[in-house]
Amino acid sequence: MSVTKGTLSAEILKSSFLESFKKFHPKILFRNPVMFVVEIGMLITFWLTIDPWAFSSKVSLGHVASARGYNLAVTIILFFTILFGNFAEAIAEGRGKAQAETLRKTKTELIARLQQPDGTFAQVPASSLKKGDIVKVVANEIIPADGEVLEGIGSVDESAITGESAPVIRGAGGDFSSVTGGTKLLSDEFLIRITVNPGESFLDKMIGLVEGATRQKTPNELALSVLLAGLTLIFLIVIVCLPPVADYLGKSLNIATLIALLVCLIPTTIGALLSAIGIAGMDRVIRFNVIAKSGKAVEAAGDVNTLILDKTGTITIGNRLASEFIPVGGHEEKELAEQAVLSSLFDETPEGRSVVELGQTMDIQLRREDYVDAENVEFSADTRMSGLNLKNGFIIRKGAVDAIKRYVQEQGGEIPEDLDHYTELIAKDGGTPLAVMVNKEIYGLIYLKDIVKPGMRERFAELRKMGIKTVMCTGDNPLTAATIAKEAGVDDFIAEAKPEDKMQLIQREQEQGKLVAMSGDGTNDAPALAQADVGLAMNTGTAAAKEAGNMVDLDSDPTKLIEVVSIGKQLLITRGALTTFSIANDVAKYFAIIPAMFVTMIPSLQVLNIMHLSSPRSAILSALIFNALVIPALIPIAMRGVKYRPMSATQMLIRNLLIFGVGGVIVPFAGIKLIDVILTATGWFS
Amino acid sequence: MTVEGILQILLVLILMFLFGIPLGRYIYTIFSLQHSRMDRLFMPVERFLYRLIGVDSSVSMDWKAYLRALMLVNFVMLLFAYLIFRLQGRLPLNPDKIPGMSPALAFNTAASFITNTNWQNYAGETSMSYLGQMLGITFLQFTSAATGLVAAIAFVRAIVRSKTDNLGNFWVDIIRAHTRLLLPMSFLLACVLVALGVPETLQGAAIVHTLSGDVQVIARGPVASLEAIKQLGTNGGGFFNANSAHPFEDPTALTCVLEILAMGVTATGLIWTLGLFLKNRKQAIVLYVFLTAILMLGTFIIYGNEAAGNPLVHQAFGIHGPNMEGKEVRFGIPLTSLFTAATTAYTTGAVNAMHDSLMPISGLVPLLFMMFNVIFGGKGVGLLNILMFLIITVFLSGLMVGRTPEIFGKKIEAREVKLATVAMLVHPFVILVPTAIAIATQVGRASILNPGLHGFTEVLYAFTSAAANNGSAFAGLNGNTEFYNLVLGVVMLLGRYISILAMFAIAGSMILKPIIPASEGTLRTDTFSFGGVFVAVFVIVGALTFFPFLAIGPIGEQLQMMHTVSHIVH
Repeated sequence: MSVTKGTLSAEILKSSFLESFKKFHPKILFRNPVMFVVEIGMLITFWLTIDPWAFSSKVSLGHVASARGYNLAVTIILFFTILFGNFAEAIAEGRGKAQAETLRKTKTELIARLQQPDGTFAQVPASSLKKGDIVKVVANEIIPADGEVLEGIGSVDESAITGESAPVIRGAGGDFSSVTGGTKLLSDEFLIRITVNPGESFLDKMIGLVEGATRQKTPNELALSVLLAGLTLIFLIVIVCLPPVADYLGKSLNIATLIALLVCLIPTTIGALLSAIGIAGMDRVIRFNVIAKSGKAVEAAGDVNTLILDKTGTITIGNRLASEFIPVGGHEEKELAEQAVLSSLFDETPEGRSVVELGQTMDIQLRREDYVDAENVEFSADTRMSGLNLKNGFIIRKGAVDAIKRYVQEQGGEIPEDLDHYTELIAKDGGTPLAVMVNKEIYGLIYLKDIVKPGMRERFAELRKMGIKTVMCTGDNPLTAATIAKEAGVDDFIAEAKPEDKMQLIQREQEQGKLVAMSGDGTNDAPALAQADVGLAMNTGTAAAKEAGNMVDLDSDPTKLIEVVSIGKQLLITRGALTTFSIANDVAKYFAIIPAMFVTMIPSLQVLNIMHLSSPRSAILSALIFNALVIPALIPIAMRGVKYRPMSATQMLIRNLLIFGVGGVIVPFAGIKLIDVILTATGWFS
Repeated sequence: MTVEGILQILLVLILMFLFGIPLGRYIYTIFSLQHSRMDRLFMPVERFLYRLIGVDSSVSMDWKAYLRALMLVNFVMLLFAYLIFRLQGRLPLNPDKIPGMSPALAFNTAASFITNTNWQNYAGETSMSYLGQMLGITFLQFTSAATGLVAAIAFVRAIVRSKTDNLGNFWVDIIRAHTRLLLPMSFLLACVLVALGVPETLQGAAIVHTLSGDVQVIARGPVASLEAIKQLGTNGGGFFNANSAHPFEDPTALTCVLEILAMGVTATGLIWTLGLFLKNRKQAIVLYVFLTAILMLGTFIIYGNEAAGNPLVHQAFGIHGPNMEGKEVRFGIPLTSLFTAATTAYTTGAVNAMHDSLMPISGLVPLLFMMFNVIFGGKGVGLLNILMFLIITVFLSGLMVGRTPEIFGKKIEAREVKLATVAMLVHPFVILVPTAIAIATQVGRASILNPGLHGFTEVLYAFTSAAANNGSAFAGLNGNTEFYNLVLGVVMLLGRYISILAMFAIAGSMILKPIIPASEGTLRTDTFSFGGVFVAVFVIVGALTFFPFLAIGPIGEQLQMMHTVSHIVH
């Protein structure tokens, strides 16, 4: 994506700062019950600053000035507590907005040629195009809206969406017929059927998503919000019930102190950062050039139990490469190699080129110029072979072993006895055999080998550590599939897979309660993509596939699924860790506030002042200041996410508990003490 | 503390497991509805009962049907008991001519016993006829225990079953709970108690002429039968006002040990039952280790402080030795300490010493145990509370390992968290709000007998005990007023039924969920590290909520006392 991938720019910071003031509006803050309670508390202490007698007549005249000062201090700290929370959310949103802005620039007003009922074309604004309309686009024009190519083939610059500058080929029919609005046709001419209504295009959706405008709370976020609201309510009850008790003991409690205690106890830290964590999580996915259609999909990715990956292009590098020539029927290796290279001379497929390259290592240097008069026979799904018809009548072919065998038999040729033996040997080894034939005589086999992408084995091992099972899908025969599966280290495989098989596998796994993720690009992948809990569609794929999946990878790299899983987990971990931290903080705050609060009632409670805070007021303000400061201090973690390394759940629990649970108990003791020392040194509250 | 004392406590706890684990296995066979040799004995009785009440034992119930039946039966029994207590003066089996209760007291008593709380604002020997003791009290002590038990069993079924909505049949469960568990066990225990000296008679109070020529009225009655289910059903409502401190309820150290065992054996067993249902014994062991550790910690805090005695008494009068105020010499400090901790851990509420007379910090232990409400807990409902906190714990720690949390293979989503939060919230709510109301109003304050912090602790203890459905009293508070009768009654009902309702609703959604097979990425709940988190969560949530109040109550009192001591010294 052509989006700034840098960190926070000054501009984002500036606009976030302004935005965080707007978020003080009760209507906006109401959606966050924890912070809403803080705001109400702030309004009460503000009122008490102006009128210290508001709730009781007990404030004696001599203390008015000091009571005002104290109430004002509490008000200011509460103000900053909310401000910091708003700021965190604004920054997260700001980054999304900046990305959306860049996207929007590509969405300038375009003119489209709309096909009229009589077959002519009329100029209309692109924004008026509806689903089903047919438009014409010529070279160097921007494609006006998402659609499917009906006629024509041409190269398209998709850098506006993917950030990838190399043009891609799009054309009618097949799996590469979908085009995206905002991309540029570089050559030729397209007739396109529009597949979306105005405002629903891929670009529109992306803008909405990165802006966070269409963001809905994810299931886990919702559950956590409920728990946080519950905790807030509990502490609200605690605070409301305290004054009658104090009254019974003949003392009255300071309202501002009670509000300070309430704010310290309710989970403000996680309450303030919760939505920022969610937005930042989506943002991280987008930085990976993956567009998730909802936060729910990202969260589901973290839960995935089974990962279905296509072999070709995902586990292995897309193409099989020639690695050996195996002569049969008494032919020499060199002889076979020469014919093999000849058959591939004009073959532009990677397999073909790899045959030529292998030949070169054996000093077989054939030049195309010498064979310009030969007829090149391209590979077709019918014949399943390709090759050359030389001018001298020689027919040279390479192709699937059974296809070549049938061809030779039809021509009345002989099948060498050792052919089947070697064919099987190659298959057993996980390779693909190609037979080479010259005029109904089989010379031997080309051993095409699948090359597992470097590092895949390690990644599957990591996935296994996370408890995720990987299943490889391939059209290969079971023997070949088993070998590759073993080499790559996947847990399971489906050989000779048809699209239905994938679907069945997904359903079977889901019946056992598992969550399944898969990636796909073809139209025949669409049902499976829709059925899977996480369907990552490739941007190069068909419109149907992109519609069916709940994520689209702009780089069309199926292995990204693994990264998405990590991001999903990281999102949850960040939330859980900061919640734990937030609740663990309460312990220290209690030890600061409770002795300070009740010291007039029960002087001996001073024993609980284990931090030796200098005065009751300084103790309460220190705890409150710590509570506020911890929010901006944790913004980086909320944005970046807690570091995630694959390990077993129990290990991870212990690790995160030590950092965020135990750390959450210890850090505030030190923090509050430090603030108290500073406050005392300034001499404001003695 | 002495070695003998420590050994006494440990021995009783060991016996608890020796009895508890086989009992847990037996409970499992009862409620997994497996065929057993016992069927031939019990089936005919049960079939007869099914026919008598006209239920089809083969009907399966979803959570709503099960809950409806449970609530209906409870409501009818509540009404029944209320009428008995009101009308006992005109009903038979009343040799001592005890009049009917006032409406408020009758409501409080009926609510107290239907909820398995057994808070007593009446003195049994002077305010309850034998009919009331047997048909009101003893009857409800059976049914309330069975109700809690079947509620827990239904929830456990929801965890282990999937793709069905069948929680079992309430009628079958509740009848089996009686015929196969509570009645045989109570009968057995009652016989043993009678043999050890506990009275069982329908004759009125004995009139005795003492040597000094005075006339003494000695209350007695069908004590042993009530005593057995009082302990076994984690009820705690004694026949006499002095409860298990009374020599007719608990005559010897041996009966004391038996009573402690009777309180805890089912709760201990139920955790094993859970392990068997889950096919995961390690889960039970992990829970055992942590819960027992906390129970022991509490016991030894009491034991240590009581054995050390009151420093003020040392200072002022030079009297050394343990704090024996309010304790029975025949039990001694160790058994009293264990009884005190156990009665609040297992939310029984029986007392064999006056909690009001404990050292302040010892008094904190029963108070905290009731606030946690998960240290084994009462019959069934204890397990429900444990499961509720497990859900909260799994949710928090599940997030920390990066997966939508699962408990025993079932996903925990917003609905479950919402309901568990409600169940968790209701406990502090029904403790703190009524405490604040009582302490703020004249009617509430009028009943407080002691001034200052101790008086506050008495009120806090009363509502905590009612909310936890414990029933033990701190004493020192006159509860038999219209205000306390009504408010405590309502608190007991809310404390019991709201969490049961919430847990059944959770069961309803849990049972429909598929069970996700465990993998490396699954957060295991049967590890000791998870057990530690579980404890941290309920301690932090429990303690954080109540800490300010405990600081004013027992903690403040203890610190005040220590402060005074150091002043006398200097």
